[in-house]
Amino acid sequence: MKIHHYLVLILACLLATASLADPKIPTSQRQQELMQLLLDDCGSCHGMTMNGGLGPPLQQSNLAGKPDEYIFVTIRNGTAGTPMPPWHQFLTDDEIYWMIDVLRKETWKKE
Amino acid sequence: MRCLSLICLLIISLSAHSAKLPGCSGREAIGDRGVIVERASGSVVIVNSTSQELLCRVEGLGDLSHASMVFSRDEQYAYIFGRDGGLSKVDVLNGRLENRIIQAGNAIGGAISQDGQIIAVSNYEPGGVRLFTADTLTALATIEAKTDAFPEGAKVVGLTDAPENQIIFSLYNAGEIWQASLDNPKKPEIKKYLNIGSLPYDALIAPDGRYYMAGLFGEDGIAKLDLWYPEKGVEKILGDYGKGDKKLPVYKMPHLEGWTFAGDLVFLPAIGHHEVLAIKTTNWELSSRIPLLGQPVFTMARPDARQIWVNFAFPNNKWLQVIDTKSASVIKKLEAGPGVMHMEFTPRGEHIWVSVRDENKVKIYDTRTFELLKVLNVESPSGIFFTARAHKIGL
Ligand code: HEC
Repeated sequence: MKIHHYLVLILACLLATASLADPKIPTSQRQQELMQLLLDDCGSCHGMTMNGGLGPPLQQSNLAGKPDEYIFVTIRNGTAGTPMPPWHQFLTDDEIYWMIDVLRKETWKKE
Repeated sequence: MRCLSLICLLIISLSAHSAKLPGCSGREAIGDRGVIVERASGSVVIVNSTSQELLCRVEGLGDLSHASMVFSRDEQYAYIFGRDGGLSKVDVLNGRLENRIIQAGNAIGGAISQDGQIIAVSNYEPGGVRLFTADTLTALATIEAKTDAFPEGAKVVGLTDAPENQIIFSLYNAGEIWQASLDNPKKPEIKKYLNIGSLPYDALIAPDGRYYMAGLFGEDGIAKLDLWYPEKGVEKILGDYGKGDKKLPVYKMPHLEGWTFAGDLVFLPAIGHHEVLAIKTTNWELSSRIPLLGQPVFTMARPDARQIWVNFAFPNNKWLQVIDTKSASVIKKLEAGPGVMHMEFTPRGEHIWVSVRDENKVKIYDTRTFELLKVLNVESPSGIFFTARAHKIGL
């Protein structure tokens, strides 16, 4: 891992702790949009039931043991050299944390 | 004497004509029907593309996100491949679920063999292809996509039927193309093409069944297999295409189903670029790049190949653009509505049906005037499949 990568990770961790300390919950209308985005747009690669597709499955058990910071950086910046695209243009950091929470609790199952 | 032999001949020919034919039953013709996937509710609606009506709904098909289907050669049955690994056989004539099995954990697509006897399903998890009888969905064989680097099985994409009762598919993470003969469907014979390029994400076969082409995600270019000259192996074309350009993020993988030959050009969606590529089939070099408003997902050719209709990935998925293949340029932009998922032409292309997921509508357009002709209410529609696909290689 290059120094550059460490910096990104540290920065992400700082951001993470900052956001976790004071997470802004999206409005209920925005929550609905985000849930739709998760199922339709993330779902187009990860499966609408998050059981995997071209991208890996994102069910509770698959994410267990993976730190929030890692998931946050993956969603925010994408994973270079793979189809996982960056979402920072469309999602605020708070919205990404809200989504991670949804994935961890599998609240999308109720949709 | 001569008279007698004449009578004999008459009797023989008469009986030959009247005895053995089973007769023509009067069942309804369904060459103008279609099946539309309702992706959120695990159901499909059966439609008539002449009267432009919904006829009935068939439910209980499981997770249909990204579902696709193929048709039996008599058009009566749709074999529907669901994301949950479900394989459903739907009777399109009588509007009912005929049979349904869960064949794997995670399916992506399927194909029907040239003779109509075998259904092949490609799976991500565990990666491979499974073969079933078309009549009873009885398992025949499993082709495990195992390689040295992927002992648990690579993800299979771009599965299609091919002439001479074969199927062809690509291994996404392993970068291989496999060609299987189904002459002995319990023990399919497999020919492998290795190192065909990095991360093939989808593939298609030309309408005449000659070329199999796989789009590559991990590098520039397209892997091309000429089935008339398999000994030449897989060639990479457009290897230097897009060199130096910054690749844009891809929010939905393009589908390489709507292959378009027009004159001596073929049109394919670019990946990581907001354009469609026009490629000369004489030398397989780039002819032109047609700029679009977003990342293309489906590029569907009207059956006469004069137009190509394109839909787009998030966040541009409310638009359609129409390319004129004669001038290789965009001639029309249409706002179809939020979440355009799929398009299907009527068999000879006078109309196009467009599914608009977030509006719960299917919209029918005239392809000559671009006039909106009719709007149908369909719950969260995605794929639209007309029964005329039954007679096409690769569909
Ligand atoms: C175009 C396809 C595509 C889309 C759309 C997509 N992903 Fe991914 N995603 C991938 C792929 C492929 C990987 C695996 C990358 C790798 O090989 O490391 C991945 C990896 C991930 C991972 C890491 C999983 C792990 O176990 O390491 C997370 C988390 C993730 N994606 C979340 C999302 C979310 C949330 C969205 C929607 C906002 C999304 N993805 C949309 C393709 C996609």
